[in-house]
Amino acid sequence: MVYNILTYLRDAAARWPDKTAFADAEAVLTYGQLWDTARGAGTAVSRRLGGARREPVFVCIGRNVGSIAAFWAVAASGNFYVPIDPSLPDQRLRDIFETMTPRLVVTTQEDTRPLPFTEAETVSLAELAGEAPDGALLDRVAEEVLDTDPLYCIFTSGSTGVPKGVLVSQRSVIDMAEQFTDAFRLGPENIYGNQAPFDFDVSVKDIFLAVKNGGTVEILEKPLFSMPKRLVERMEEREVNTVIWSVSAMKILSALRTFDVLVPGRLRLVMFSGEALPCKVLNDWASHLPEARFVNLYGPTEITCNCTYYEIDRTFADTEAIPIGRPFRNTGILLLDGDEPVTEPGRTGEICVTGTCLALGYYRNGERTAAAFCQNPTRTAWPERMYRTGDLGTWNDRGELLFLGRADSQVKHMGFRIELGELEIAASAVAGVTSACCLYDHGKEQLCLFYQGPERMDRELLGALKKALPRFMVPARIYYLEKLPENRTGKIDRAALRRTYIQ
Amino acid sequence: MDKLMRLLAESCPAIDFAGETALIDNGILDSLDIVMLVGELNDAFSITITAEDLVPENFNSAEAIWALVQRLQAE
Repeated sequence: MVYNILTYLRDAAARWPDKTAFADAEAVLTYGQLWDTARGAGTAVSRRLGGARREPVFVCIGRNVGSIAAFWAVAASGNFYVPIDPSLPDQRLRDIFETMTPRLVVTTQEDTRPLPFTEAETVSLAELAGEAPDGALLDRVAEEVLDTDPLYCIFTSGSTGVPKGVLVSQRSVIDMAEQFTDAFRLGPENIYGNQAPFDFDVSVKDIFLAVKNGGTVEILEKPLFSMPKRLVERMEEREVNTVIWSVSAMKILSALRTFDVLVPGRLRLVMFSGEALPCKVLNDWASHLPEARFVNLYGPTEITCNCTYYEIDRTFADTEAIPIGRPFRNTGILLLDGDEPVTEPGRTGEICVTGTCLALGYYRNGERTAAAFCQNPTRTAWPERMYRTGDLGTWNDRGELLFLGRADSQVKHMGFRIELGELEIAASAVAGVTSACCLYDHGKEQLCLFYQGPERMDRELLGALKKALPRFMVPARIYYLEKLPENRTGKIDRAALRRTYIQ
Repeated sequence: MDKLMRLLAESCPAIDFAGETALIDNGILDSLDIVMLVGELNDAFSITITAEDLVPENFNSAEAIWALVQRLQAE
């Protein structure tokens, strides 16, 4: 039984030392090189932390193979990595820093701007990788690892205004890799075109599925997705045959009518997640890639990537919804209405998840952890942890799960999870704003912010939000109102705003 | 050109287009902005921008976008 994620890399390096494991626009890392770098830099990380284990280490990510090498180095040192996008606003970076308080920050690009973490030691991967591996030290770490130890912590939007760090164990990632490999028959021949940024858990699949199976990951840089012809040319040149993408990326290629010009004809496996894929888009892709399998994946970061899947096995009309299917093996799914299980087709319930895939919890946030990861109410004789997704679902007559939407005000925008409450809190914090409300325009895929205050200040507000929030959370439309409409209970009348400004 | 600048300002209020020459190369316009802009430009100027036209040289500045619009209108 595999209980240490490094086993995957050690085995791949022994079996395919000269095979490309990860490649970006400029550089390549073979499995042998990745193993050596992880051991050298892992030794250096361990020494800099005085031999400490199970501590967070920040990795400043880029679209580069160095980010991946840094992740493995941190794992080899017996610690866990926190992928950090250095282009996030300082305020956001500080929030994350204060939650994690890491002692070490690893950079992977030479041109990284000065980061607002003066309390932590900052060191480049290149410097760490120069250290000679200490075999005895690394062996001791490997022997003492527990599969319940954290492997990474990934941040996601929080409705209280502070992002939450989802802490995931080695065991959950190993389980994900085993189940995906079986369900989709993955092997060394898979060449993954990585679209998802490394601080986004979609990329966890690319990284660990490739290493478990000796596959190759081609890191596709972000501007390629604005220039789809170049993207497809790169995919063809690098022989990409597998993609695990966000739905927004699938939609972009289709919306820009990419396939009229060029088709990534080597693709045999197309997996997508993050939000509902319109069947129109699926049908566009499928008509140009008749030999590819298409799989709809569902699940939040808290259950380690995905908990259900549906492999497209029939034709859908443009107006139909694609099911999210059935649970992966070793994963439990139940629908609950309050604490009551929902089993009959057509009835709505909250999608709840049990099993090894559950994250350890939110880092240093016992309150939010206890609220989302709770006792399975249908299990009264022993403790069983269950994650409440906040997503609504129903079973159809075929026994497939359908996704129906959110129970709260979380939205998916460009594949990113956003709590509208977080944006509202950030806007309300700006001087001159007395009240704020955010709605999502699903038609135009835009965040719309309404604010009230003594005077109009669109530009100042926008400037302040850009400093406080990641770019994908900055609203596309801003409306100033002298007074936000209220309903009879004195709350902001969201329905009225939607009627007036969105529909 | 005035019409284009108005359209750009309305479509992407968070971006300052004047004087910018690396909208794509510096990642100022992301893929979702491009999807939206292509739709708006097609409608406003009665043109059809294809995937073939989507290269950085055509979108790095407001002037480049304007040149693309004029070329497609002439075709």
